[in-house]
Amino acid sequence: MIIITQPFFELTALILAYSPSLSLTKMDNGCFSSPRRDFPAGLRVLVVDDDPTWLKILEKMLKKCNYEVTTCCLARHALNLLRERKDGYDIVISDVNMPDMDGFKLLEHVGLEMDLPVIMMSVDGETSRVMKGVQHGACDYLLKPIRMKELRNIWQHVFRKRIHEAKEFESFESFESIHLMRNGSELSDDGNLFAIEDVSSAKKRKDADGKHNDKECLDPSSTKKARVVWSVDLHQKFVKAVNQIGFDKVGPKKILDLMNVPWLTRENVASHLQKYRLYLSRIQKENNQRSSSSGMKPSDFPSKDQGSFGFQNSLNKQQNDVSNDSYNYSDGSLQVGNVETKSHEGDPHGIVSQSTIAKKGRLLTGNIADTNMRDSLRVGLNQHFAPLESEGNHPVFNCSMPTQYSWTEVPCMQLKEEHKSYVHLEDSFSKLPLHGKQHPIHVDQSQSVASINSTPSITEEEVAACIEAKPLFTDYKNDYASSISSIGNAVDSFPIQPGSLIMNDQSSEPISTINSGLKTQGYNNLSFISDLELYQRNLLLGGEANTAPLDEDLHFYWLQGERYNMNFGLQHIGMPEYYDPGLVSEAATHLYDSNDYSVIEQGLFIA
Amino acid sequence: MDNTRFRQQAVFMRSSLFDEGFLDEQFIQLEELQDDVNPNFVEEIVTLFYSDSVRFVYNIERALMSNPPNFTKLDDHMHQFKGSCSSIGAKKVKEECRRFREYCAAENLEGCLRSFQQIKIEYTTLKKKLESYFK
Repeated sequence: MIIITQPFFELTALILAYSPSLSLTKMDNGCFSSPRRDFPAGLRVLVVDDDPTWLKILEKMLKKCNYEVTTCCLARHALNLLRERKDGYDIVISDVNMPDMDGFKLLEHVGLEMDLPVIMMSVDGETSRVMKGVQHGACDYLLKPIRMKELRNIWQHVFRKRIHEAKEFESFESFESIHLMRNGSELSDDGNLFAIEDVSSAKKRKDADGKHNDKECLDPSSTKKARVVWSVDLHQKFVKAVNQIGFDKVGPKKILDLMNVPWLTRENVASHLQKYRLYLSRIQKENNQRSSSSGMKPSDFPSKDQGSFGFQNSLNKQQNDVSNDSYNYSDGSLQVGNVETKSHEGDPHGIVSQSTIAKKGRLLTGNIADTNMRDSLRVGLNQHFAPLESEGNHPVFNCSMPTQYSWTEVPCMQLKEEHKSYVHLEDSFSKLPLHGKQHPIHVDQSQSVASINSTPSITEEEVAACIEAKPLFTDYKNDYASSISSIGNAVDSFPIQPGSLIMNDQSSEPISTINSGLKTQGYNNLSFISDLELYQRNLLLGGEANTAPLDEDLHFYWLQGERYNMNFGLQHIGMPEYYDPGLVSEAATHLYDSNDYSVIEQGLFIA
Repeated sequence: MDNTRFRQQAVFMRSSLFDEGFLDEQFIQLEELQDDVNPNFVEEIVTLFYSDSVRFVYNIERALMSNPPNFTKLDDHMHQFKGSCSSIGAKKVKEECRRFREYCAAENLEGCLRSFQQIKIEYTTLKKKLESYFK
């Protein structure tokens, strides 16, 4: 049974009616097999366009198609909305030219984080633009002025994606039974199948697959689409395989063979590869654009016990770097690789990466972050960050950054709660191995992103907190300015931290705290992401330059981080740049500054 | 009686707007969207357009005055403006915008200035016409 999140509640209700015992995931399957009776009516569309005239027109057009429309004129805001309600929308339509964020960037974020179909719009119909849109993952590219008939058919993209998802699931062993059941209906092949049919058969499938679904479903508690969870290990294997084959000659089949993961399908690998490629190309672009990252001061990351500390350092670095330049994920990856190996020895988690981060040298200035982080960490992680807290441990933190972040105290409180919730969320989320799971956060990006970012419960509070915190932060503008560097550090350190934190069985708490601390700078996201990235990198990369995956993760985390920050209200200051994807990438790159390999070594914090 | 006359006038005005190339099919699309829920939809959109596009006009004028002229920025602004114009189907204005962008690409400031003058003329002409049409 394909576990497809059924956005349409009606369908869910339908399924439920048929099989009350079915879990939500099951329902998803059922939903999928028998879509809403009045599909595509009720399709939940999110429209993003800075032009209010067009926004109004599109809203009216979509309403006429019987879709549920939400409009948004800022890309940032749109991302927030999407994160807030992970399953709140079925499709996103976005303009290409927007003031606060490039439409393509938004497209990428949405695709990676939420994996929703995105349609681009523009007055400009130049081939190169359209190509760029497709490259970034757009399902369609519409030219303005838009005709209503063009909008009528957008549901096909939602449908197509679902079918695709279903196919991916088919590869799961647990779905074998479904296959049998599905015999007659070539669901995977024939879209019509979905249109049908057989609620009862669907039900049967569900029952059979129920268990599997739950197992396979990354987020059993939510109606999220079940997808392959690209755990850190898995991703690591993937990257290794890719590197072994040689990036140029890589192909899903080859990767699949090398990876030797029985339940993984070629489709899974193919789609993951696509994302990976996008990620890599983006990283490379950013790397090229970025000025050489400031040499990360080989912070004396005490690889002390503070594994987390290491992260922090790295985070700090990152933060600093972030402010300076984009993260060199690629660089970082290299470093990470090394770090990873190291860390694996001592601290499998991103500690290594931390050192890398330390190398970045940015972090060192992230003392502020330290302070903040510490506080925040304290809040959430008490136990975990205890070591971190100690002055001694965080040389990085003790760096330059004056503790301007006193204000972070405020968020700390928030963080605390958030951490908890966050942690919980993480737990419930896709299998982010936060608690006790030694897996890096490298789960399916969308998953991780989701889990990290949106903790539904937290979100609200956080958002509220954020809003409140924001005014606070304006006061700290000065601090912010100075702390930017620290943020950079924080960012840097974050990436590692999350990883390390996780490793330390601290579950997300440490991370969150760290993030929150870091984020206050507005880079929280970055740091968080970078942390995650680092973490992932370290874990995943076997010392290879696997920046790509990390970058993705980073971005995810970044996105999440943003969210997270929001939640923590730490985002104060300079939030506008918060969503600057460039920042994230910068942070990422910083992390991976290849110069700092040695630092990494040092930075290898020993959890 | 009067009503009929008004309607006739409206119809006449409308067809002339199309015939003279002031409006294109996008306007028809807007009309089709109008329904009981939004009985004055078209008028609302047009009003919204004119109030919103003022800032584009302002931006372009300012950019035109800057020294040295930043053609990239000019093009960006114009692109936005053009996109907005396309929302109501302002045909002539769009045409002129296209010409403007050509001058811009050629970095012909003189041409840009002239073109923009024309744009403004078309823009306000259409506004007046639509205003009286809606009455």
